[in-house]
Amino acid sequence: MDVLVNLLSASFYEGLAFGLVAIGVYLTFRVLAFPDLTVDGSFALGGAVAAILIVNDINPWLATVAALGAGLCAGLATSLLNTKLRITALLAGILMMVALYSINLMVMTGRSNIGLLRQVTVFDQVSQFLGIDDKVTLSIIFMVVLTVIILVILNWFLRTEIGLALRATGENEQMVRGLGGNTDMTTVLGVSISNGVVALSGALIAQHDSTADVGMGLGMIVMGLASVIIGEALFHPRGVTAILLAVIGGTFTYRLFINIALRYNWVSAGNLKLITALLVIIALAIPYIQKKMRHEWVPPAARM
Amino acid sequence: MNGNEGLLQLKGVSKIFGRATIDEVTALDNVNLNVHAEDFMTIIGSNGAGKTTLLNVIAGVYPPERGGKTIINGKDITNLSEHKHAQYIGRVYQDPHTGTASKMTIEENMSLAMLRGQARGLSIATNKQRRDQFCEALAPLGLGLENRLTTQVGTLSGGQRQALALVMATISQPSLLLLDEHTATLDPKTARIVLELSEVIVQREKITTMMVTHNMEVALRYGNRLIMMHKGRIIVDLSHEQRKNLTVNDLVTAFERASGEHFADDTILLSTADPDEKPDNEQ
Ligand SMILES: Nc1ncnc2c1ncn2[C@@H]1O[C@H](COP(=O)(O)OP(=O)(O)O)[C@@H](O)[C@H]1O
Ligand SMILES: [Mg+2]
Repeated sequence: MDVLVNLLSASFYEGLAFGLVAIGVYLTFRVLAFPDLTVDGSFALGGAVAAILIVNDINPWLATVAALGAGLCAGLATSLLNTKLRITALLAGILMMVALYSINLMVMTGRSNIGLLRQVTVFDQVSQFLGIDDKVTLSIIFMVVLTVIILVILNWFLRTEIGLALRATGENEQMVRGLGGNTDMTTVLGVSISNGVVALSGALIAQHDSTADVGMGLGMIVMGLASVIIGEALFHPRGVTAILLAVIGGTFTYRLFINIALRYNWVSAGNLKLITALLVIIALAIPYIQKKMRHEWVPPAARM
Repeated sequence: MNGNEGLLQLKGVSKIFGRATIDEVTALDNVNLNVHAEDFMTIIGSNGAGKTTLLNVIAGVYPPERGGKTIINGKDITNLSEHKHAQYIGRVYQDPHTGTASKMTIEENMSLAMLRGQARGLSIATNKQRRDQFCEALAPLGLGLENRLTTQVGTLSGGQRQALALVMATISQPSLLLLDEHTATLDPKTARIVLELSEVIVQREKITTMMVTHNMEVALRYGNRLIMMHKGRIIVDLSHEQRKNLTVNDLVTAFERASGEHFADDTILLSTADPDEKPDNEQ
Protein backbone atom coordinates (compact mmCIF):
# COMPACT_ATOMS: atom_id res chain seq x y z
CA MET A 1 0.00 0.00 0.00
CA ASP A 2 2.76 2.38 1.01
CA VAL A 3 4.60 1.51 -2.15
CA LEU A 4 1.56 2.40 -4.22
CA VAL A 5 1.05 5.70 -2.40
CA ASN A 6 4.71 6.54 -2.84
CA LEU A 7 4.67 5.69 -6.52
CA LEU A 8 1.50 7.68 -7.12
CA SER A 9 2.56 10.75 -5.18
CA ALA A 10 6.01 10.86 -6.75
CA SER A 11 4.46 10.48 -10.20
CA PHE A 12 1.88 13.11 -9.41
CA TYR A 13 4.51 15.67 -8.48
CA GLU A 14 6.63 14.76 -11.51
CA GLY A 15 3.59 14.77 -13.78
CA LEU A 16 3.04 18.40 -12.86
CA ALA A 17 6.69 19.52 -12.79
CA PHE A 18 7.63 17.81 -16.07
CA GLY A 19 4.11 18.53 -17.31
CA LEU A 20 5.27 22.10 -17.83
CA VAL A 21 7.94 20.79 -20.21
CA ALA A 22 5.26 18.80 -22.04
CA ILE A 23 3.11 21.95 -22.25
CA GLY A 24 6.06 23.75 -23.83
CA VAL A 25 6.63 20.92 -26.29
CA TYR A 26 2.90 20.85 -27.06
CA LEU A 27 2.92 24.60 -27.81
CA THR A 28 5.70 24.33 -30.36
CA PHE A 29 5.27 20.89 -31.92
CA ARG A 30 1.49 20.75 -31.96
CA VAL A 31 0.12 24.29 -31.83
CA LEU A 32 2.75 26.05 -33.93
CA ALA A 33 3.93 23.01 -35.95
CA PHE A 34 7.41 24.24 -35.09
CA PRO A 35 9.57 21.25 -34.06
CA ASP A 36 11.64 23.12 -31.50
CA LEU A 37 14.67 21.30 -30.11
CA THR A 38 15.80 24.25 -27.99
CA VAL A 39 13.96 22.62 -25.07
CA ASP A 40 16.88 20.42 -23.89
CA GLY A 41 19.00 23.54 -23.59
CA SER A 42 16.38 25.87 -22.14
CA PHE A 43 15.40 23.36 -19.44
CA ALA A 44 19.00 23.27 -18.19
CA LEU A 45 19.24 27.03 -18.67
CA GLY A 46 16.32 27.47 -16.27
CA GLY A 47 18.04 25.28 -13.69
CA ALA A 48 21.39 26.99 -14.19
CA VAL A 49 20.07 30.55 -13.91
CA ALA A 50 17.97 29.80 -10.83
CA ALA A 51 20.84 27.93 -9.13
CA ILE A 52 23.56 30.50 -9.73
CA LEU A 53 21.31 33.33 -8.53
CA ILE A 54 20.21 31.43 -5.44
CA VAL A 55 23.78 30.56 -4.38
CA ASN A 56 24.55 34.26 -4.79
CA ASP A 57 21.85 35.05 -2.22
CA ILE A 58 19.25 36.34 -4.62
CA ASN A 59 15.66 35.78 -3.51
CA PRO A 60 14.60 32.34 -4.87
CA TRP A 61 11.35 33.74 -6.32
CA LEU A 62 13.30 36.37 -8.19
CA ALA A 63 15.74 33.69 -9.33
CA THR A 64 12.83 31.58 -10.60
CA VAL A 65 11.34 34.48 -12.52
CA ALA A 66 14.78 35.25 -13.96
CA ALA A 67 15.03 31.62 -15.12
CA LEU A 68 11.69 31.98 -16.89
CA GLY A 69 12.97 35.17 -18.52
CA ALA A 70 16.15 33.42 -19.65
CA GLY A 71 14.03 30.67 -21.23
CA LEU A 72 11.95 33.29 -23.05
CA CYS A 73 15.18 34.74 -24.45
CA ALA A 74 16.40 31.32 -25.61
CA GLY A 75 13.10 30.79 -27.43
CA LEU A 76 13.33 34.29 -28.84
CA ALA A 77 16.77 33.50 -30.27
CA THR A 78 15.59 30.26 -31.89
CA SER A 79 12.50 31.84 -33.39
CA LEU A 80 14.45 34.82 -34.72
CA LEU A 81 16.90 32.44 -36.41
CA ASN A 82 13.90 30.88 -38.08
CA THR A 83 11.84 33.95 -38.98
CA LYS A 84 14.55 36.53 -39.69
CA LEU A 85 17.39 34.38 -41.03
CA ARG A 86 15.13 31.72 -42.56
CA ILE A 87 16.94 28.82 -40.92
CA THR A 88 14.63 25.80 -40.69
CA ALA A 89 12.93 25.31 -37.34
CA LEU A 90 14.69 22.01 -36.69
CA LEU A 91 18.15 23.38 -37.37
CA ALA A 92 17.52 26.64 -35.50
CA GLY A 93 16.55 24.62 -32.43
CA ILE A 94 19.57 22.32 -32.69
CA LEU A 95 21.90 25.30 -33.05
CA MET A 96 20.44 26.95 -29.97
CA MET A 97 20.49 23.70 -28.02
CA VAL A 98 24.21 23.28 -28.71
CA ALA A 99 24.97 26.94 -28.06
CA LEU A 100 23.06 26.74 -24.79
CA TYR A 101 25.32 23.96 -23.54
CA SER A 102 28.23 26.40 -23.48
CA ILE A 103 26.03 29.25 -22.30
CA ASN A 104 24.77 27.14 -19.40
CA LEU A 105 28.34 26.29 -18.38
CA MET A 106 29.14 29.99 -18.48
CA VAL A 107 26.05 30.79 -16.40
CA MET A 108 27.21 28.23 -13.83
CA THR A 109 30.64 29.93 -13.87
CA GLY A 110 32.33 26.96 -15.47
CA ARG A 111 30.96 24.36 -13.04
CA SER A 112 28.91 21.52 -14.47
CA ASN A 113 26.93 21.19 -11.27
CA ILE A 114 25.66 23.51 -8.55
CA GLY A 115 24.29 22.10 -5.29
CA LEU A 116 21.44 23.89 -3.52
CA LEU A 117 21.26 21.73 -0.40
CA ARG A 118 22.10 24.49 2.06
CA GLN A 119 20.19 27.17 0.17
CA VAL A 120 16.71 28.50 0.71
CA THR A 121 14.51 27.59 -2.26
CA VAL A 122 10.94 28.52 -3.18
CA PHE A 123 9.89 25.15 -1.76
CA ASP A 124 11.49 26.01 1.61
CA GLN A 125 9.77 29.37 1.69
CA VAL A 126 6.36 27.91 0.89
CA SER A 127 6.94 25.14 3.43
CA GLN A 128 7.61 27.73 6.09
CA PHE A 129 4.69 29.90 5.05
CA LEU A 130 2.16 27.05 5.03
CA GLY A 131 3.73 25.21 7.94
CA ILE A 132 3.92 21.97 5.98
CA ASP A 133 7.00 19.90 6.69
CA ASP A 134 6.32 16.85 4.56
CA LYS A 135 8.27 17.43 1.38
CA VAL A 136 6.09 15.28 -0.86
CA THR A 137 2.82 16.91 0.22
CA LEU A 138 4.39 20.32 -0.04
CA SER A 139 5.80 19.88 -3.51
CA ILE A 140 2.48 18.51 -4.76
CA ILE A 141 0.50 21.43 -3.35
CA PHE A 142 3.03 23.88 -4.74
CA MET A 143 3.00 22.36 -8.21
CA VAL A 144 -0.79 22.03 -8.32
CA VAL A 145 -1.22 25.73 -7.58
CA LEU A 146 1.46 26.77 -10.04
CA THR A 147 0.22 24.47 -12.80
CA VAL A 148 -3.35 25.68 -12.37
CA ILE A 149 -2.16 29.28 -12.67
CA ILE A 150 -0.18 28.54 -15.83
CA LEU A 151 -2.97 26.50 -17.42
CA VAL A 152 -5.53 29.22 -16.69
CA ILE A 153 -3.27 31.82 -18.32
CA LEU A 154 -2.55 29.66 -21.38
CA ASN A 155 -6.17 28.61 -21.71
CA TRP A 156 -7.13 32.27 -21.80
CA PHE A 157 -4.24 33.32 -24.04
CA LEU A 158 -4.94 30.71 -26.73
CA ARG A 159 -8.49 32.05 -27.04
CA THR A 160 -7.52 35.68 -27.43
CA GLU A 161 -7.20 37.37 -30.81
CA ILE A 162 -3.43 36.92 -30.78
CA GLY A 163 -3.74 33.37 -29.44
CA LEU A 164 -6.14 32.46 -32.22
CA ALA A 165 -3.71 33.82 -34.82
CA LEU A 166 -0.94 31.82 -33.14
CA ARG A 167 -2.94 28.58 -33.36
CA ALA A 168 -3.86 29.27 -36.95
CA THR A 169 -0.20 29.94 -37.80
CA GLY A 170 0.61 26.32 -36.98
CA GLU A 171 -2.15 25.13 -39.24
CA ASN A 172 -2.21 27.46 -42.21
CA GLU A 173 0.45 30.14 -42.26
CA GLN A 174 -0.51 31.33 -45.74
CA MET A 175 -4.08 31.97 -44.65
CA VAL A 176 -3.05 33.90 -41.54
CA ARG A 177 -0.83 36.23 -43.55
CA GLY A 178 -3.55 36.63 -46.16
CA LEU A 179 -5.90 37.73 -43.38
CA GLY A 180 -3.41 40.30 -42.10
CA GLY A 181 -1.83 38.26 -39.30
CA ASN A 182 1.89 38.65 -38.69
CA THR A 183 3.07 35.02 -38.64
CA ASP A 184 6.64 35.97 -37.73
CA MET A 185 5.30 37.66 -34.63
CA THR A 186 3.06 34.73 -33.64
CA THR A 187 5.92 32.26 -34.19
CA VAL A 188 8.32 34.31 -32.07
CA LEU A 189 5.69 34.67 -29.36
CA GLY A 190 4.82 30.97 -29.28
CA VAL A 191 8.38 29.64 -29.29
CA SER A 192 9.42 32.16 -26.63
CA ILE A 193 6.52 31.31 -24.32
CA SER A 194 7.21 27.61 -24.80
CA ASN A 195 10.84 27.91 -23.76
CA GLY A 196 9.94 30.23 -20.89
CA VAL A 197 7.62 27.59 -19.45
CA VAL A 198 10.26 24.89 -20.00
CA ALA A 199 12.93 26.96 -18.22
CA LEU A 200 10.51 27.59 -15.35
CA SER A 201 10.16 23.85 -15.03
CA GLY A 202 13.96 23.48 -15.02
CA ALA A 203 14.27 26.12 -12.30
CA LEU A 204 11.69 24.41 -10.09
CA ILE A 205 13.03 20.92 -10.57
CA ALA A 206 16.57 22.11 -9.78
CA GLN A 207 15.29 23.64 -6.53
CA HIS A 208 13.23 20.57 -5.69
CA ASP A 209 16.17 18.24 -6.29
CA SER A 210 18.64 20.71 -4.71
CA THR A 211 20.94 20.52 -7.69
CA ALA A 212 21.34 22.05 -11.12
CA ASP A 213 23.35 20.11 -13.66
CA VAL A 214 24.49 21.16 -17.10
CA GLY A 215 23.20 17.84 -18.45
CA MET A 216 19.81 17.94 -16.74
CA GLY A 217 17.99 18.84 -19.96
CA LEU A 218 19.16 15.85 -21.94
CA GLY A 219 16.21 14.07 -23.52
CA MET A 220 13.58 16.56 -22.34
CA ILE A 221 12.11 16.99 -25.81
CA VAL A 222 11.61 13.29 -26.27
CA MET A 223 10.13 13.00 -22.79
CA GLY A 224 7.83 15.93 -23.52
CA LEU A 225 6.78 14.44 -26.84
CA ALA A 226 6.11 11.06 -25.21
CA SER A 227 3.91 12.79 -22.64
CA VAL A 228 1.99 14.71 -25.30
CA ILE A 229 1.45 11.59 -27.38
CA ILE A 230 0.30 9.54 -24.38
CA GLY A 231 -2.06 12.34 -23.33
CA GLU A 232 -3.58 12.53 -26.79
CA ALA A 233 -3.93 8.77 -27.11
CA LEU A 234 -5.49 8.28 -23.67
CA PHE A 235 -7.87 11.20 -23.52
CA HIS A 236 -8.66 12.09 -27.15
CA PRO A 237 -8.98 15.74 -26.09
CA ARG A 238 -10.95 18.25 -28.13
CA GLY A 239 -10.68 21.95 -27.49
CA VAL A 240 -7.94 24.02 -25.88
CA THR A 241 -8.79 23.31 -22.23
CA ALA A 242 -9.09 19.56 -22.72
CA ILE A 243 -5.81 19.37 -24.60
CA LEU A 244 -3.87 21.27 -21.93
CA LEU A 245 -5.27 18.95 -19.24
CA ALA A 246 -4.59 15.89 -21.38
CA VAL A 247 -0.93 16.90 -21.74
CA ILE A 248 -0.58 17.05 -17.94
CA GLY A 249 -2.44 13.75 -17.65
CA GLY A 250 -0.13 12.24 -20.26
CA THR A 251 2.95 13.36 -18.34
CA PHE A 252 1.59 11.84 -15.13
CA THR A 253 0.89 8.55 -16.89
CA TYR A 254 4.35 8.55 -18.42
CA ARG A 255 6.06 9.25 -15.07
CA LEU A 256 3.96 6.60 -13.34
CA PHE A 257 4.96 4.06 -15.97
CA ILE A 258 8.63 5.02 -15.60
CA ASN A 259 8.50 4.97 -11.79
CA ILE A 260 6.87 1.53 -11.71
CA ALA A 261 9.41 0.19 -14.19
CA LEU A 262 12.26 1.55 -12.08
CA ARG A 263 10.78 0.39 -8.78
CA TYR A 264 10.48 -3.21 -9.92
CA ASN A 265 13.80 -3.13 -11.76
CA TRP A 266 12.20 -3.76 -15.15
CA VAL A 267 14.55 -1.14 -16.47
CA SER A 268 17.64 0.50 -15.07
CA ALA A 269 17.89 4.27 -14.79
CA GLY A 270 20.49 4.26 -17.56
CA ASN A 271 18.05 2.67 -20.02
CA LEU A 272 15.30 5.17 -19.43
CA LYS A 273 16.08 7.42 -22.35
CA LEU A 274 16.29 4.44 -24.70
CA ILE A 275 12.89 3.21 -23.51
CA THR A 276 11.40 6.69 -23.92
CA ALA A 277 12.84 7.01 -27.41
CA LEU A 278 11.41 3.59 -28.34
CA LEU A 279 8.05 4.63 -26.94
CA VAL A 280 7.98 7.72 -29.16
CA ILE A 281 9.19 5.78 -32.21
CA ILE A 282 6.41 3.23 -31.75
CA ALA A 283 3.81 5.96 -31.25
CA LEU A 284 4.94 7.76 -34.39
CA ALA A 285 5.14 4.57 -36.45
CA ILE A 286 1.72 3.19 -35.55
CA PRO A 287 -0.33 5.61 -37.70
CA TYR A 288 1.94 4.91 -40.68
CA ILE A 289 1.69 1.14 -40.27
CA GLN A 290 -2.09 1.38 -39.88
CA LYS A 291 -2.38 3.34 -43.11
CA LYS A 292 -0.08 0.89 -44.90
CA MET A 293 -2.33 -1.98 -43.83
CA ARG A 294 -5.31 -0.12 -45.25
CA HIS A 295 -3.29 0.27 -48.48
CA GLU A 296 -3.31 4.02 -48.13
CA TRP A 297 -0.56 5.99 -49.78
CA VAL A 298 1.68 7.85 -47.34
CA PRO A 299 4.01 10.54 -48.67
CA PRO A 300 7.70 10.32 -47.74
CA ALA A 301 8.59 12.15 -44.53
CA ALA A 302 9.86 15.70 -44.89
CA ARG A 303 13.65 16.03 -44.70
CA MET A 304 13.85 19.68 -43.79
CA MET B 1 -8.27 59.14 -53.10
CA ASN B 2 -7.58 60.42 -56.60
CA GLY B 3 -10.45 59.03 -58.63
CA ASN B 4 -9.11 58.77 -62.15
CA GLU B 5 -5.74 57.42 -60.99
CA GLY B 6 -7.45 54.21 -60.04
CA LEU B 7 -7.73 52.18 -56.89
CA LEU B 8 -4.84 49.90 -57.78
CA GLN B 9 -1.92 50.86 -59.98
CA LEU B 10 0.83 48.58 -61.12
CA LYS B 11 3.79 50.38 -62.63
CA GLY B 12 6.51 48.51 -64.46
CA VAL B 13 5.94 45.30 -62.51
CA SER B 14 8.17 42.36 -63.50
CA LYS B 15 8.85 39.11 -61.75
CA ILE B 16 11.65 36.74 -62.61
CA PHE B 17 11.99 33.37 -60.91
CA GLY B 18 15.29 31.49 -60.71
CA ARG B 19 17.29 34.43 -61.97
CA ALA B 20 20.60 33.47 -63.61
CA THR B 21 19.84 29.74 -63.49
CA ILE B 22 18.79 27.49 -66.36
CA ASP B 23 15.28 27.57 -64.89
CA GLU B 24 14.94 31.33 -65.23
CA VAL B 25 11.33 32.28 -65.93
CA THR B 26 10.00 35.75 -66.58
CA ALA B 27 6.59 35.30 -65.00
CA LEU B 28 5.68 38.98 -65.27
CA ASP B 29 7.17 41.21 -67.92
CA ASN B 30 6.82 44.94 -67.25
CA VAL B 31 3.12 44.95 -66.41
CA ASN B 32 1.32 48.29 -66.17
CA LEU B 33 -2.25 48.22 -64.97
CA ASN B 34 -4.78 50.64 -63.62
CA VAL B 35 -7.76 49.16 -61.80
CA HIS B 36 -10.52 51.65 -61.07
CA ALA B 37 -12.64 51.69 -57.97
CA GLU B 38 -15.53 49.25 -58.24
CA ASP B 39 -14.13 47.61 -61.34
CA PHE B 40 -14.89 43.91 -61.57
CA MET B 41 -12.09 42.66 -63.78
CA THR B 42 -11.89 39.15 -65.13
CA ILE B 43 -8.49 37.75 -66.09
CA ILE B 44 -7.85 34.93 -68.51
CA GLY B 45 -4.72 33.45 -70.02
CA SER B 46 -3.13 30.12 -70.69
CA ASN B 47 -1.40 28.06 -68.00
CA GLY B 48 1.79 29.75 -66.89
CA ALA B 49 0.78 33.13 -68.32
CA GLY B 50 1.55 34.79 -64.99
CA LYS B 51 -1.96 35.30 -63.60
CA THR B 52 -1.24 33.86 -60.16
CA THR B 53 2.11 35.63 -60.03
CA LEU B 54 0.33 38.91 -60.75
CA LEU B 55 -2.06 38.36 -57.84
CA ASN B 56 0.83 37.26 -55.60
CA VAL B 57 2.72 40.47 -56.30
CA ILE B 58 -0.40 42.55 -55.64
CA ALA B 59 -0.99 40.63 -52.38
CA GLY B 60 2.64 41.09 -51.35
CA VAL B 61 3.50 37.37 -51.22
CA TYR B 62 6.72 38.46 -52.88
CA PRO B 63 7.88 41.87 -54.14
CA PRO B 64 8.24 42.64 -57.85
CA GLU B 65 11.67 43.13 -59.39
CA ARG B 66 13.37 46.40 -58.50
CA GLY B 67 11.70 49.42 -60.09
CA GLY B 68 8.21 47.94 -60.11
CA LYS B 69 5.53 49.59 -57.99
CA THR B 70 2.24 48.52 -56.43
CA ILE B 71 0.08 51.45 -55.41
CA ILE B 72 -3.25 51.06 -53.70
CA ASN B 73 -5.50 53.97 -52.70
CA GLY B 74 -2.61 56.22 -53.70
CA LYS B 75 -0.28 54.52 -51.21
CA ASP B 76 2.89 52.74 -52.34
CA ILE B 77 2.75 49.30 -50.72
CA THR B 78 5.36 47.62 -52.92
CA ASN B 79 7.77 46.80 -50.13
CA LEU B 80 5.36 46.15 -47.29
CA SER B 81 5.13 42.59 -46.03
CA GLU B 82 2.27 40.34 -47.02
CA HIS B 83 0.27 40.77 -43.82
CA LYS B 84 0.36 44.55 -44.29
CA HIS B 85 -0.93 44.20 -47.86
CA ALA B 86 -3.75 42.15 -46.42
CA GLN B 87 -5.25 45.16 -44.72
CA TYR B 88 -6.32 46.37 -48.17
CA ILE B 89 -6.75 43.07 -49.93
CA GLY B 90 -9.02 40.09 -49.47
CA ARG B 91 -8.20 36.91 -51.33
CA VAL B 92 -9.75 33.57 -52.23
CA TYR B 93 -7.36 30.92 -53.48
CA GLN B 94 -7.85 28.08 -55.91
CA ASP B 95 -7.50 25.44 -53.22
CA PRO B 96 -10.17 25.62 -50.49
CA HIS B 97 -7.51 24.38 -48.03
CA THR B 98 -5.44 27.53 -48.50
CA GLY B 99 -8.14 30.00 -47.55
CA THR B 100 -9.49 28.29 -44.44
CA ALA B 101 -8.06 26.45 -41.41
CA SER B 102 -9.41 22.88 -41.27
CA LYS B 103 -8.85 22.11 -37.61
CA MET B 104 -10.45 25.30 -36.41
CA THR B 105 -14.16 26.02 -36.14
CA ILE B 106 -16.17 28.22 -38.49
CA GLU B 107 -16.40 30.96 -35.86
CA GLU B 108 -12.65 30.81 -35.19
CA ASN B 109 -11.96 31.15 -38.91
CA MET B 110 -14.40 34.04 -39.12
CA SER B 111 -12.84 35.75 -36.09
CA LEU B 112 -9.44 35.61 -37.73
CA ALA B 113 -10.90 37.10 -40.89
CA MET B 114 -12.80 39.84 -39.15
CA LEU B 115 -9.64 41.29 -37.67
CA ARG B 116 -8.03 41.95 -41.03
CA GLY B 117 -6.42 45.36 -40.92
CA GLN B 118 -6.89 45.71 -37.17
CA ALA B 119 -4.41 45.20 -34.36
CA ARG B 120 -4.90 41.79 -32.77
CA GLY B 121 -5.07 42.14 -29.03
CA LEU B 122 -5.61 40.19 -25.85
CA SER B 123 -9.37 40.17 -25.74
CA ILE B 124 -11.19 36.89 -26.27
CA ALA B 125 -11.54 36.39 -30.01
CA THR B 126 -15.18 35.28 -30.24
CA ASN B 127 -17.99 36.85 -28.32
CA LYS B 128 -21.74 37.11 -28.63
CA GLN B 129 -21.65 40.30 -30.65
CA ARG B 130 -19.18 38.88 -33.16
CA ARG B 131 -21.12 35.63 -33.43
CA ASP B 132 -24.18 37.61 -34.41
CA GLN B 133 -22.13 39.38 -37.06
CA PHE B 134 -20.88 36.03 -38.39
CA CYS B 135 -24.43 34.69 -38.62
CA GLU B 136 -25.50 37.79 -40.48
CA ALA B 137 -22.65 37.40 -42.96
CA LEU B 138 -23.11 33.65 -43.44
CA ALA B 139 -26.89 33.48 -43.65
CA PRO B 140 -27.16 34.96 -47.18
CA LEU B 141 -25.09 32.04 -48.49
CA GLY B 142 -28.09 29.84 -47.89
CA LEU B 143 -25.86 26.95 -46.81
CA GLY B 144 -26.88 26.88 -43.16
CA LEU B 145 -23.31 27.62 -42.04
CA GLU B 146 -24.69 30.21 -39.62
CA ASN B 147 -26.15 27.36 -37.56
CA ARG B 148 -22.87 25.47 -37.45
CA LEU B 149 -20.49 28.08 -36.04
CA THR B 150 -18.72 25.58 -33.80
CA THR B 151 -18.28 22.99 -36.56
CA GLN B 152 -14.72 22.24 -37.63
CA VAL B 153 -14.09 23.61 -41.10
CA GLY B 154 -12.39 20.34 -42.08
CA THR B 155 -15.79 18.63 -42.11
CA LEU B 156 -17.23 21.01 -44.74
CA SER B 157 -17.35 20.24 -48.47
CA GLY B 158 -15.07 22.05 -50.90
CA GLY B 159 -17.91 24.29 -52.07
CA GLN B 160 -18.92 25.16 -48.53
CA ARG B 161 -15.31 25.96 -47.69
CA GLN B 162 -14.92 28.21 -50.72
CA ALA B 163 -18.15 30.01 -49.86
CA LEU B 164 -16.83 30.47 -46.32
CA ALA B 165 -13.48 31.67 -47.70
CA LEU B 166 -15.37 34.18 -49.82
CA VAL B 167 -17.19 35.56 -46.79
CA MET B 168 -13.90 35.60 -44.85
CA ALA B 169 -12.19 37.52 -47.64
CA THR B 170 -14.90 40.17 -47.75
CA ILE B 171 -16.25 40.51 -44.20
CA SER B 172 -13.80 43.24 -43.24
CA GLN B 173 -14.53 45.27 -46.38
CA PRO B 174 -11.15 45.21 -48.14
CA SER B 175 -10.44 47.74 -50.88
CA LEU B 176 -9.62 44.98 -53.34
CA LEU B 177 -10.72 41.38 -53.72
CA LEU B 178 -8.52 38.85 -55.53
CA LEU B 179 -10.13 35.64 -56.76
CA ASP B 180 -7.72 33.12 -58.26
CA GLU B 181 -9.60 30.38 -60.14
CA HIS B 182 -11.51 29.98 -56.91
CA THR B 183 -14.05 27.64 -58.45
CA ALA B 184 -11.61 25.48 -60.41
CA THR B 185 -11.58 22.59 -57.94
CA LEU B 186 -15.37 22.49 -57.53
CA ASP B 187 -17.86 20.44 -59.50
CA PRO B 188 -19.63 22.49 -62.20
CA LYS B 189 -22.84 22.95 -60.26
CA THR B 190 -21.09 24.08 -57.07
CA ALA B 191 -18.72 26.22 -59.13
CA ARG B 192 -21.70 28.01 -60.57
CA ILE B 193 -23.22 28.63 -57.15
CA VAL B 194 -19.95 29.98 -55.74
CA LEU B 195 -19.50 32.24 -58.77
CA GLU B 196 -22.98 33.65 -58.37
CA LEU B 197 -22.31 34.20 -54.68
CA SER B 198 -19.10 36.01 -55.53
CA GLU B 199 -20.94 38.35 -57.85
CA VAL B 200 -23.67 39.02 -55.31
CA ILE B 201 -21.17 39.85 -52.56
CA VAL B 202 -18.99 41.98 -54.82
CA GLN B 203 -21.99 43.99 -55.98
CA ARG B 204 -23.51 44.33 -52.54
CA GLU B 205 -20.26 45.43 -50.87
CA LYS B 206 -19.07 47.38 -53.93
CA ILE B 207 -15.62 45.80 -53.70
CA THR B 208 -13.14 46.31 -56.51
CA THR B 209 -12.42 42.81 -57.78
CA MET B 210 -9.91 40.95 -59.94
CA MET B 211 -11.03 37.44 -60.83
CA VAL B 212 -8.82 34.93 -62.59
CA THR B 213 -10.73 32.26 -64.44
CA HIS B 214 -9.80 29.53 -66.89
CA ASN B 215 -13.21 29.73 -68.46
CA MET B 216 -13.83 32.20 -71.30
CA GLU B 217 -17.59 32.10 -70.92
CA VAL B 218 -17.23 33.07 -67.28
CA ALA B 219 -14.73 35.79 -68.13
CA LEU B 220 -17.20 37.31 -70.57
CA ARG B 221 -20.28 36.96 -68.44
CA TYR B 222 -19.03 38.36 -65.14
CA GLY B 223 -17.60 41.77 -64.38
CA ASN B 224 -17.16 44.91 -66.44
CA ARG B 225 -13.63 44.58 -67.77
CA LEU B 226 -11.56 41.74 -69.17
CA ILE B 227 -7.83 41.32 -69.50
CA MET B 228 -5.97 38.52 -71.19
CA MET B 229 -2.43 37.59 -70.19
CA HIS B 230 0.22 35.82 -72.19
CA LYS B 231 3.85 35.15 -71.30
CA GLY B 232 3.84 37.59 -68.42
CA ARG B 233 2.23 40.44 -70.31
CA ILE B 234 -1.27 41.85 -70.59
CA ILE B 235 -2.05 41.46 -74.29
CA VAL B 236 -5.74 42.31 -74.38
CA ASP B 237 -7.60 44.79 -72.17
CA LEU B 238 -11.31 45.18 -72.92
CA SER B 239 -13.61 47.70 -71.31
CA HIS B 240 -17.24 47.03 -70.57
CA GLU B 241 -18.32 48.64 -73.84
CA GLN B 242 -15.76 46.73 -75.88
CA ARG B 243 -16.62 43.30 -74.59
CA LYS B 244 -20.39 43.69 -74.39
CA ASN B 245 -21.23 41.76 -77.53
CA LEU B 246 -18.17 39.54 -77.73
CA THR B 247 -18.35 35.78 -78.06
CA VAL B 248 -15.76 33.20 -77.09
CA ASN B 249 -14.72 33.05 -80.73
CA ASP B 250 -14.10 36.79 -80.81
CA LEU B 251 -11.88 36.35 -77.77
CA VAL B 252 -9.88 33.63 -79.49
CA THR B 253 -9.42 35.92 -82.50
CA ALA B 254 -8.37 38.77 -80.22
CA PHE B 255 -5.86 36.46 -78.58
CA GLU B 256 -4.38 35.34 -81.89
CA ARG B 257 -4.09 38.87 -83.17
CA ALA B 258 -2.50 40.22 -79.98
CA SER B 259 -0.10 37.37 -79.32
CA GLY B 260 0.74 36.61 -82.94
CA GLU B 261 0.30 32.93 -82.07
CA HIS B 262 -2.24 30.39 -83.09
CA PHE B 263 -4.71 29.62 -80.37
CA ALA B 264 -3.96 26.04 -79.44
CA ASP B 265 -4.10 25.99 -75.71
CA ASP B 266 -6.73 23.57 -74.57
CA THR B 267 -6.21 24.67 -70.98
CA ILE B 268 -8.43 27.64 -71.74
CA LEU B 269 -11.61 25.69 -71.66
CA LEU B 270 -14.27 26.51 -74.16
CA SER B 271 -16.69 25.24 -71.57
CA THR B 272 -19.21 23.34 -73.65
CA ALA B 273 -19.81 20.80 -70.91
CA ASP B 274 -20.23 23.51 -68.32
CA PRO B 275 -23.65 24.38 -66.91
CA ASP B 276 -22.43 27.96 -67.10
CA GLU B 277 -23.33 27.83 -70.76
CA LYS B 278 -27.00 27.34 -70.15
CA PRO B 279 -28.48 30.70 -69.33
CA ASP B 280 -31.27 28.91 -67.38
CA ASN B 281 -34.01 31.25 -66.33
CA GLU B 282 -31.89 34.35 -66.02
CA GLN B 283 -30.94 36.81 -68.72
N1 LIG C 1 7.49 30.26 -56.92
C1 LIG C 1 7.87 30.04 -58.19
N2 LIG C 1 9.13 29.62 -58.47
C2 LIG C 1 9.52 29.42 -59.74
N3 LIG C 1 8.74 29.60 -60.81
C3 LIG C 1 7.48 30.01 -60.62
C4 LIG C 1 6.98 30.26 -59.30
N4 LIG C 1 5.69 30.66 -59.39
C5 LIG C 1 5.40 30.67 -60.71
N5 LIG C 1 6.47 30.28 -61.44
C6 LIG C 1 6.51 30.20 -62.92
O1 LIG C 1 6.07 31.44 -63.41
C7 LIG C 1 5.23 31.25 -64.53
C8 LIG C 1 3.88 31.87 -64.28
O2 LIG C 1 3.21 31.10 -63.29
P1 LIG C 1 1.76 31.46 -62.76
O3 LIG C 1 1.71 32.89 -62.42
O4 LIG C 1 1.45 30.50 -61.68
O5 LIG C 1 0.85 31.17 -64.02
P2 LIG C 1 -0.74 31.09 -64.16
O6 LIG C 1 -1.34 31.36 -62.83
O7 LIG C 1 -1.09 32.11 -65.18
O8 LIG C 1 -1.04 29.72 -64.64
C9 LIG C 1 5.17 29.77 -64.78
O9 LIG C 1 6.12 29.45 -65.77
C10 LIG C 1 5.57 29.16 -63.46
O10 LIG C 1 6.22 27.94 -63.65
MG1 LIG D 1 -2.58 30.18 -61.56
